[in-house]
Amino acid sequence: MIDISTRYLGLNLKSPLVASASPLCGSVDNLRRIEDVGIAAVVLPSFFEEQLQLESLALDSDLSRGGESFAESPNYFPDLQTYNSGPEGYLELIRRSKQSLSIPVIASLNGVSEGGWVRYAALMQEAGADAIELNLYGVVTDPKLSSSQVEQDYCELVSHVKASVTIPVAVKLSQFFTALPYMAKRLDEAGADALVLFNRFYQPEFDLESLDVVPTLSLSSSQELLLRLHWVAILYNRVRADLAVTGGVHIAEDVLKAIMAGANVAMMTSALLRHGIEHAELVLKQLTRWMEEHEYESIRQMRGSMSHLSASRPDVFERVNYMKVLSSYVLR
Amino acid sequence: MTVPTTAILDGNEAAASVAYRLNEVIAIYPITPSSPMGEWADQWQEEGRKNIWGVVPTVIEMQSEGGAAGTLHGALQAGALGTTFTASQGLLLMIPNMYKIAGELTPAVIHVAARTVATHALSIFGDHSDVMATRATGFAMLASNSVQEASDFALIAQASSLESRIPFLHFFDGFRTSHEVNKITPLSDDDLRAMIDEKYVLGHRDRALSPDHPVLRGTAQNPDVFFQAREAINPFYRACPTIVQDVMNRFAARTGRSYHLFDYVGAPNAQRVIVMMGSATGAVEETVEHLLQQDDKVGLLKIRLFRPFDAGAFIAALPKTTAAIAVLDRTKEPGSLGEPLYLDVLTALHESSFADGQRDPCVIGGRYGLSSKEFTPAMAKAVFDEMKKAVPKNHFTIGIRDDVTHTSLEYDSEFSTEDPQTVRALFYGLGSDGTVGANKNSIKIIGRNTNNYAQGYFVYDSKKAGSVTVSHLRFGPRPIRSSYLITKANFVACHQFQFLERMDVLAAAEPGATFLLNSPFGPDVVWNHLPRAVQQTIIQKRLKLFVIDGYAVARDTGMGNRINTIMQTCFFAISGVLPRNQAMDAIKKAIRETYGKRGEAVVEKNFAAVDHALAHLHPVALQNQATSGFDILPSVPQSAPTFVRDVLGTIIAGRGDELPVSTLPVDGTFPTGTAKWEKRNIAQQVPVWDEGLCIQCGKCVLVCPHAVIRAKVYDSSLLSSAPLAFKSAKPRWREFESLRYTLQVSPEDCTGCRLCVEACPAKSKSESKHKAINMEPQPPLREAESADWKFFLGLPEFDRDRLSHGQVKDNQLLEPLFEFSGACSGCGETPYIKLLTQLFGDRLLIANATGCSSIYGGNLPTTPYTVNPQGRGPAWCNSLFEDNAEFGLGLRLAGDKQAEYARELTRQLAPQLGEVLVSGLLIPNQTTEREIEEQRRRVAELKMKLATVQSPQARDLLAVADALVRKSVWLVGGDGWAYDIGFGGLDHVLSTGSNVNVLVLDTEVYSNTGGQMSKATPRAAVAKFATGGKRTSKKDLAMEAISYGSVYVARVAMGGSDTHTVKAFLEAEAYDGPSLIIAYSHCIAHGYDMAFGLEQQKAAVNSGYWPLIRYNPALRLEGKNPFLLDSKPPHIPLQRYAYQEARYTMLVRSNPEGAKELLRLAQDDVDRQWRVYANRAAMTGSAETPEAAPAETQPASAPASRKGAEQ
Repeated sequence: MIDISTRYLGLNLKSPLVASASPLCGSVDNLRRIEDVGIAAVVLPSFFEEQLQLESLALDSDLSRGGESFAESPNYFPDLQTYNSGPEGYLELIRRSKQSLSIPVIASLNGVSEGGWVRYAALMQEAGADAIELNLYGVVTDPKLSSSQVEQDYCELVSHVKASVTIPVAVKLSQFFTALPYMAKRLDEAGADALVLFNRFYQPEFDLESLDVVPTLSLSSSQELLLRLHWVAILYNRVRADLAVTGGVHIAEDVLKAIMAGANVAMMTSALLRHGIEHAELVLKQLTRWMEEHEYESIRQMRGSMSHLSASRPDVFERVNYMKVLSSYVLR
Repeated sequence: MTVPTTAILDGNEAAASVAYRLNEVIAIYPITPSSPMGEWADQWQEEGRKNIWGVVPTVIEMQSEGGAAGTLHGALQAGALGTTFTASQGLLLMIPNMYKIAGELTPAVIHVAARTVATHALSIFGDHSDVMATRATGFAMLASNSVQEASDFALIAQASSLESRIPFLHFFDGFRTSHEVNKITPLSDDDLRAMIDEKYVLGHRDRALSPDHPVLRGTAQNPDVFFQAREAINPFYRACPTIVQDVMNRFAARTGRSYHLFDYVGAPNAQRVIVMMGSATGAVEETVEHLLQQDDKVGLLKIRLFRPFDAGAFIAALPKTTAAIAVLDRTKEPGSLGEPLYLDVLTALHESSFADGQRDPCVIGGRYGLSSKEFTPAMAKAVFDEMKKAVPKNHFTIGIRDDVTHTSLEYDSEFSTEDPQTVRALFYGLGSDGTVGANKNSIKIIGRNTNNYAQGYFVYDSKKAGSVTVSHLRFGPRPIRSSYLITKANFVACHQFQFLERMDVLAAAEPGATFLLNSPFGPDVVWNHLPRAVQQTIIQKRLKLFVIDGYAVARDTGMGNRINTIMQTCFFAISGVLPRNQAMDAIKKAIRETYGKRGEAVVEKNFAAVDHALAHLHPVALQNQATSGFDILPSVPQSAPTFVRDVLGTIIAGRGDELPVSTLPVDGTFPTGTAKWEKRNIAQQVPVWDEGLCIQCGKCVLVCPHAVIRAKVYDSSLLSSAPLAFKSAKPRWREFESLRYTLQVSPEDCTGCRLCVEACPAKSKSESKHKAINMEPQPPLREAESADWKFFLGLPEFDRDRLSHGQVKDNQLLEPLFEFSGACSGCGETPYIKLLTQLFGDRLLIANATGCSSIYGGNLPTTPYTVNPQGRGPAWCNSLFEDNAEFGLGLRLAGDKQAEYARELTRQLAPQLGEVLVSGLLIPNQTTEREIEEQRRRVAELKMKLATVQSPQARDLLAVADALVRKSVWLVGGDGWAYDIGFGGLDHVLSTGSNVNVLVLDTEVYSNTGGQMSKATPRAAVAKFATGGKRTSKKDLAMEAISYGSVYVARVAMGGSDTHTVKAFLEAEAYDGPSLIIAYSHCIAHGYDMAFGLEQQKAAVNSGYWPLIRYNPALRLEGKNPFLLDSKPPHIPLQRYAYQEARYTMLVRSNPEGAKELLRLAQDDVDRQWRVYANRAAMTGSAETPEAAPAETQPASAPASRKGAEQ
């Protein structure tokens, strides 16, 4: 019997396939189906503190606009009993997910205020989350803000959140660090229980007709996996924290590569959105079949087998590889 | 529903709370000022609150008050306990059913926030003309004089009605009581249960119609028995007053609040007594108390139960010493011997033994307080003084200066009875700055945190954009019954610095009062920025001045332009009403209560505002000398026409109360073209034209709701006298290249809505955010741009004949004859009206249904319809809400009949007029403007000739000659009118085939009364009366009209296609029959920034929610399908359109599952509608009209376009 179980964030998972944060995980019905097809854990959609704030302010502004200006119309809307304007909706999703699922439920938090990160992390733990994934997403536009300051802030944030909860905390990162291993090490020291590589962003697209800039987010492709493999392979065994690959995981081979690079789990979203939740069932079947065919006994056995430290040719992970590829491309 | 021991609420909520808990079926319809009663009932129903019998009442909005009364009547007949709320015209629409309900001895209570009935003008304010119009219905009438009484009498009325079987009209004064916030002792459920005797409820149920014990009610009776049957009710009316007094006695025993049919206050041995009812009794009672202290023998007799009038109880309540009585009526009955209460009092006295020869009191009657006209202790004293005279004036008026029929009494406006222990605070704010909301909060804070009583009353101006609000707040240790505005304030706050140069905000400040000013200038420099008169007042009255830069604090704390919390904090900090720390805690608690539901971020920014405010509040040292070289500006320039300057200008200045009778039109007729004289300067930013980038498309001109952006093409030689900064560009029309083009903004009339900027398609190639029109701060631009505007207006209008009226680029060079209205900033309705006036303004008659368009179109002081250089322009009139279609049809029929008569007279006078002129006049083709202009020329010639003809026919023809020129009759109104209350009439008018044009400004809610659901409200949207989201789909008014086959119908959205909109307007006007244009109008009640109104309109069209259609019966004559689907198949989901608006998203927040289901159904509505439209549009001409269509090869029942049908 082939053992495809793994451990991630101190949790025993029946497979290395995890559903990453997406709107798909926002409904308990979907989450049940996700569990049924063999996915081993779910990351709930990101809770965006900033969005919560903006929505509250927009609601306040929309409901106040034009009010108390004219004798006949002191306001324009009825006062509803609730606007679910706090985190309650998200916490309720955690509670209902926990009631409905036997697989671990990981809450995802994207804060904006210092107090917000800590407060909402504690609330998520209280609601029953098995772990928290901190989504460190920020676009620095201020030229006066140094990268060292940003990195320092990230590390402090992680240690503050860690101090406020007892459940494991993963940190989801972008690839945009000058010295990613150093950053990983610092986050490791700050207490991160796992590093999730990498975040994908909305990117501004230019509409040439209207001269407008519009945000876009397209589904990922397997091509994006390579960047993740690269960095997981480098970080494997260099940090204490677990490693997860997210972005570009579409087929069984992608999962295998992620594990061999050193990941504890591979996270999937775009493939589920594109092909349906049932796609995961096929991936896991193919994963098992591949392992059978190639006589692997367990996931543990292969984990990190092709990492920077374990690969037969570590130089391919390094800069020289870049040069060679370019040269070979030119030679064609 | 549990009730606290004291509560801070207004009269509407006080009455509704009791009515809701005592009834099962509540039929409602919005009408100011009673709408909040229905809104509360609807909201409580949605929240599942129960009545005292443990069930949630059914609250249903009807299509009109007539409908509500009918539903109430039916519910009562079936044994339910039912009620309704209304006012004014709404009450009048209930009258037929009121006769029935009373005639059938059916217990029920109608709660009325009494309001003026429209006569020479509409007025939303309070008097008793509506309730007096129901005197004959058989309803008992019980008057509440205060917020406390509105609560108490709602219960007393219901208990009395059940016991007496006589239905009750419970009324209180609109606005003064309905909207006054006061601290009261509310009634608990137990109070209600204790007062309602179940045996009478069961009796009512026993009498219900039921097939299990059938009876018949509503027979037709003949001369033999009707009369006797009518008299059979007499014992019930005789018993009623005793029942009411018994109920009042039981009520007093339970609550300690004692009432009588007639309550007397004053000297037991009074010589002079005022008799009256309503809120003004508060002012009289204060006066009586004041005069009693001077041993004056005066008194007040308050009428509680006006019908049935118990003469015996009235006489018993009147001191035996009474020598003079003044009966004050808050209504006018022209032509009568006196107003109703006066006549009743006379009759009561006459029929009693009171006047026994030795006692023969002098009785005079007077009118006061029409339409919420102030009634003060000073006026009450004048009435008492009048009674002292040997021959007092009868049929007097008080509170006005009647210099025509000399009815008015003089009064000393300085006389005051204000309690020195009462804090009186006045706050001047803008609607948008949140002042009123903050003050309502302050009243709650003080009411809850101290033993003080508190009162708040709020005065708004008549404009919806940039409106000035004045809050009148009183706090004190004694109950506050001062039912009049504050004229002596010990605290004045001016929340807008610019008000200082527009109005005298310190007029009411008492010597030594505190003056809080929101000022961009700090304590050291502010003095020199104050107008001279303000400086002088501060010095003379030794006012304590404090300043804060509220907007800076608001900016720093994320409050935007909401300075409410900041100014509220300052008020508490310096007024001393509460200890400072306690006040700050209480403010924060109130903030959490008010905003907590909206989210922590909102609470936190308000907390930050509180914390930052105090650090920026500074006292200003009192100066010795007025130093300013500038002063408060005149409200209109001296160059304005006399009437505008002397009458409207006085109203604008806030001194309309001073205008004597002689200055006002006798019949409600006003000149047009007056809005241009009222420069309001309300925009902080105004659009600025970049002539280098502009492509001259006209879109900004088209969409500007206030007609403050205009374009002209003119001869370049005219520029020689232009101001230096005046901009111009080469016209982008091939044939006008030798001329110049200017796009000009009126900075003083702009409201700063930014619709123009969002509409502008021209972007800079080097900086995409820079457009051909961009917002910039107004103050630095004001002077130069105003000069440019003035010069621009002086440029000649372009030749209309040279423009293609179907092209937006061209028709936006046409002069608008609708400008600077009082509509909301960014209004989605007014651009359509403006377009109407650009296209047909000089021959336009408008019948305007009551609603937003009648308010911004016709509310004093100044009005937006204007005239062209020839003096022609729209003639405008508002009849009612419910009858606008019929009213407009009347205009059309009159015009047609006069034209027919004119033609007949022209024929008769042909020998004198000459054949050439006559034939020209009689058979003109008036389809184009040129032809209409030629006819005008002929009519002018006709008039000249007629002046020389001496005959009755000639005189008659002269009177009707203008009817020979084609007129365009438009019936304008909102969806509340067209879909609901006026639908029956509209439907009928469309069926007549008459050549009227209907413009429905569809905002999908009753916008003017604050956003109540209409049948145009879309499924899934939240509105008042649809608190849980509207569950049914929007009515398809277009298809209903199309069903006639003879009505031109268009559904337009300017933001979806402006060309389509223009085409529809032109076709509708050209069509010789009824036309209906349903215009998507974005609205403040949709819940988003209206700068994006056009974008939302586009999304509405793109989602298929608002398909652009035209149905042109004229096409049928050509054998074509008249149904044209002019927009593309839906290509975005409904959600993408809808979820940009709070009316939809607030439901997503409050009830996500419910919202999801309603959205699914709403998307189904869109899909279904599109399939139907696409099928209809795909029909061939021969399928629509076989007899007119040419032979075709296609089958008559061709399937719909697959592409369209499957979207």
